[in-house]
Amino acid sequence: MKTFSLANARDLLVNKEISALELIEATLERCSRFAHLNALITPTPEQALAAAKVSDARRAKGKAGLMEGLPIAIKDMFCTEGIRTTAGSKMLENFVPTYESTVTTKLKIAGSISVGKANQDEFAMGSANNTSYYGNCINPWTSSTRSEAQLVPGGSSGGSAVAVAAGMALGATGTDTGGSIRQPASFCGITGLKPTYGRCSRWGIIAFASSLDQAGPMTQDVCSAALMLQAMAGYDAKDSTSIDIDVPNYAAALNQSFKGLRIGIAEQYQPNTLPDDIRALHQQGQDWLKAAGAEIVPISMPYTDYALPTYYIVGLAECSSNLSRYDGVRYGYRTPDASSLDDMYMRTRAEGFGSEVRRRVLLGTYVLSAGYYDAYYLRAQKVRTLIAQDFHHAFRKCDLILTSTTPSAAFAHGEKMDDPISMYLNDVFTVPASLSGLPAISIPAGLSADHLPLGLQLIGKPFDEATVLRGGKVLEDAAKFTYLSENDHE
Amino acid sequence: MSMDKEAIQKLGRLSRIALGDQQAEQIADELSNILRWIAQLKEVDVEGVAPMTSVLEAHAHPRADIVNDGYAPKRVLANAPQEIRGYYIVPKVIEQDTT
Repeated sequence: MKTFSLANARDLLVNKEISALELIEATLERCSRFAHLNALITPTPEQALAAAKVSDARRAKGKAGLMEGLPIAIKDMFCTEGIRTTAGSKMLENFVPTYESTVTTKLKIAGSISVGKANQDEFAMGSANNTSYYGNCINPWTSSTRSEAQLVPGGSSGGSAVAVAAGMALGATGTDTGGSIRQPASFCGITGLKPTYGRCSRWGIIAFASSLDQAGPMTQDVCSAALMLQAMAGYDAKDSTSIDIDVPNYAAALNQSFKGLRIGIAEQYQPNTLPDDIRALHQQGQDWLKAAGAEIVPISMPYTDYALPTYYIVGLAECSSNLSRYDGVRYGYRTPDASSLDDMYMRTRAEGFGSEVRRRVLLGTYVLSAGYYDAYYLRAQKVRTLIAQDFHHAFRKCDLILTSTTPSAAFAHGEKMDDPISMYLNDVFTVPASLSGLPAISIPAGLSADHLPLGLQLIGKPFDEATVLRGGKVLEDAAKFTYLSENDHE
Repeated sequence: MSMDKEAIQKLGRLSRIALGDQQAEQIADELSNILRWIAQLKEVDVEGVAPMTSVLEAHAHPRADIVNDGYAPKRVLANAPQEIRGYYIVPKVIEQDTT
């Protein structure tokens, strides 16, 4: 099977060149072949085959949905009715939701078919998919200089990115809190879009940091991202932060002219420490956009350096609050031998959470505790205002902002594990847009010195995913990125 | 800002996460490092800046007050570790010092 994108597969289905059953069978075959990459925590092949037959029948009746018959993977943060949903944690090892998240409901209604629940960092806390209770997820790419090293896929949506990169699904849902869609997309050579906060419903998505979490599509290319976002987006009365505004036709927006669009470039996104290959690709990206008719505009984002520590304070505070629900009483893991109620809480949470989650809950508790709240949490909220104002000012001068997605290509499992801060630095370019709730896409645009994928990021104005996608298409067309082919990742 | 083992044990109690002594010591080092790193926010002049609690400028509107199928005790209790006749069961709390 040649690797092809979600949008291409849709055309083949529409033209009846293949059936949903054939497509699902071919995809499931790849899921088995690449099982060693550990991209799926809970594969659901039987349900997928049954759904494919129903899908073909629906198409035969002329009732095909927008994503009819297309195989996708679902990050294990999305509650799926009757299908175990773990969030990558021991805490939810046996949790079988009795309801379906809004986003996955919409994807089902559109006709897409899930091949399984994708691996991820525990409760989406990580940048290497190495904190999952269900084991490391492996990047299908290998370095040209260290071919023996197993590389991280990035995180937290590592399983989703690997599933798409290896053709185990043609699209995958991700969630992005500080870069968890864009960073793994960049590391695995695929396209990842974090929509505007409020564009996709958070209902039924396991909460990490509620003021930042947002669901988005991960696909091979931009046309596929537009298609999948179309199915996922929209107002939902069950999420009070979902926004009741029209969802434009994203596929149509891709064809509009790019002439005269203004692209902002900020020096603060090009620190001296940036490797040469990443710096060169960023320059190349500017040239590509200019060649397509865009105007390059210098902008200043003076608070960029403070985004990462601000993100950690805000995110950890929210996570410590959200994760207080895991108490062993109502659902999830409960320690087998507790002497008292308090002892049950203490041991359940000590045994059910992994080390990174424990660390973040403890620190989140600290920044919210009496005596430290103003110095840390309140101050971080104020700096967050200043970071959002940076964008607000910049978008008076430009329509999109171009940055690198990550400060490095994928690294090996085992690296950066001793020092949490060096792991956190992965998200240095993705976090500012998260804090400001803005839409941003990562496009696979080139290769590093050791032949690993590098992404370029475009950040847009609130609810302007259409322009973000359009810019992404320009980069994609110019970059002619070589996706993994069938034999690249045996 | 650095933290010691005792401070970590206190956080463990506040967060309801049991921590061994050795573990607390290791976490104290890690959190001290992270706190030193985030201390850079002290450089920022935030005088007169309003704290940001939401990225949304729009106000959420209330939904219609309609009776729905929320009354679903079996589904709510489906994942309970221990349940009897519609109640969650937890270890005995009466006659115990809960401080």
